[in-house]
Amino acid sequence: MRVRLVTALTVLATLLLAVACAGTTGRPEGGAADPDAADSGRADADTETTSTPLRGELLVFAAASLTDVFEELGSLLEDAHPELTVTFNLAGSQTLAGQLVEGAPADVFASASGTQMDAVAEEGLVDEPVPFATNRLAIVVEPDNPLGIRTLDDLARDDVVLVLAGEEVPAGQYAAQALEQAGVEVSPASLEVDVRAVLGKVVLGEADAAIVYESDVVVAGDTVQGIDIPDGDNVFATYPVATVTDARNPDAAAAFVDLLRSPEGTEVLERYGFGVP
Amino acid sequence: MSLDTRPLVDPGAAHGPGPRRRGERLLPAAVAVALVAGLGLFLLPLAGLLLRTPWPTLGNLLTEPRVLQALRLSLVTSLVSLVLSVLLGVPLAWLLARTDFPGKRLLRALCILPMVLPPVVGGVALLTAFGRRGVLGAPLERLTGVTLPFTTAGVVLAVTFVSMPFLIVTVEAGFRSVDRRYEDAAATLGASRWTVLRRVTLPLLAPSLLAGMALAWARALGEFGASITFAGNLPGRTQTVPLAVYLELERDADTAIALSLVLLVVSVGVLVALRDRYLGGTT
Repeated sequence: MRVRLVTALTVLATLLLAVACAGTTGRPEGGAADPDAADSGRADADTETTSTPLRGELLVFAAASLTDVFEELGSLLEDAHPELTVTFNLAGSQTLAGQLVEGAPADVFASASGTQMDAVAEEGLVDEPVPFATNRLAIVVEPDNPLGIRTLDDLARDDVVLVLAGEEVPAGQYAAQALEQAGVEVSPASLEVDVRAVLGKVVLGEADAAIVYESDVVVAGDTVQGIDIPDGDNVFATYPVATVTDARNPDAAAAFVDLLRSPEGTEVLERYGFGVP
Repeated sequence: MSLDTRPLVDPGAAHGPGPRRRGERLLPAAVAVALVAGLGLFLLPLAGLLLRTPWPTLGNLLTEPRVLQALRLSLVTSLVSLVLSVLLGVPLAWLLARTDFPGKRLLRALCILPMVLPPVVGGVALLTAFGRRGVLGAPLERLTGVTLPFTTAGVVLAVTFVSMPFLIVTVEAGFRSVDRRYEDAAATLGASRWTVLRRVTLPLLAPSLLAGMALAWARALGEFGASITFAGNLPGRTQTVPLAVYLELERDADTAIALSLVLLVVSVGVLVALRDRYLGGTT
């Protein structure tokens, strides 16, 4: 009987743990991408070359579509300031805006759309947002385009498994806008929580086609094929960035925003398929 | 509401110092701090949820079409999953409890693994098996045109993967606790193996089976990670309540909290239903 009770309690404890885990799965928190956390002691000699040495942690909340380009930009800043660690919280802009409104600590917020930035700005949580990048939509299909998808119209075909981002996600808003402009009615198989989740479904082969950003096509490389949407049918995204009013590391936050708009930052953004406003 | 949550508080009291040790009133300070912090960790989030619940509009929020859609889908998928768990899990539990063969411990570990596996990893694993390029999913699509990701059936599969172990471990313990002498006696009296199973074993097993079903169902109802990874998110087809909670949090926090409350009430209900079994006797 005692053994049974122990078993039962173990089961119960595991159940509670499992439920707790389930509740947090899928919600990215800060620290997901922290390539150089243990590297703060590197190249001490360089510190003297910069006028205002930045140190500590810089926590950047950034739209999922910025994942790769920001990781490179973060490394650039870390190289210039060896005592600085740049950490990213990458998710759908609407998730990040929600987290900021609920009081999540951050230094910089970069959104894929003005809508989410405005929501945060209305709460007085960020300083004046500035546009730093533009993007445009593209269709992605499996390599070699086995279904011969050419236009937005093809996405309405019955034999095409289409995945979009949810309406709350900027990429989903833009895609809905483009489809509406083109007068195309689609029935997506899934509405994902951020644009990289959308891209992933095509990369994995679970979806035949998706609408993502052109910059996502650049990052995905050979794993997918991008199909251009003509300017007339396309929707152009403008990415605003702002420093957080209560930033714990305001100097580093300002430096990161400056970097985004510097020639060096612009070059990196363009290399990753973004435009510059 | 305080009445409803009481059983959650009771186990803490029940597992405190027993009557024999009542005399030792003074706990070391460190232990007291740990106790308060530990209880706070469990109770504060519950209190927060209850405090933030929009009580006056709760009814309206929970009868919104998109909310009803998620509730209906969760109910259907969790119940279908429960049936699958019973049909597939009870034989496995029997195998683990009543037979002996090489590799049995490994088999048991495999059956229990989804309990400790991060659900999102379960989702990825399901994709590699049943996705369109999966080991089984690819031939399945070639032969029948059927694909599981992005379908309600996919949700059921993901949810069953994660919840069936809870039924297996509980029913296995049940099989072990059934006194085999009753079965032997029935067999000696001429009952066939089927009759013994139906008339002796299963009735004795019933409490464990019900407990396992309750646990598996509660886990199925709460499944998030494996579902969203494997089956995606589409209202009415694959968006169950936990997915709706996650997404509503970004659209309308009140709705998310109202739905969370529903899941909390169900969880508490399951605990209350199982209190004799897991909460140390009657409350």
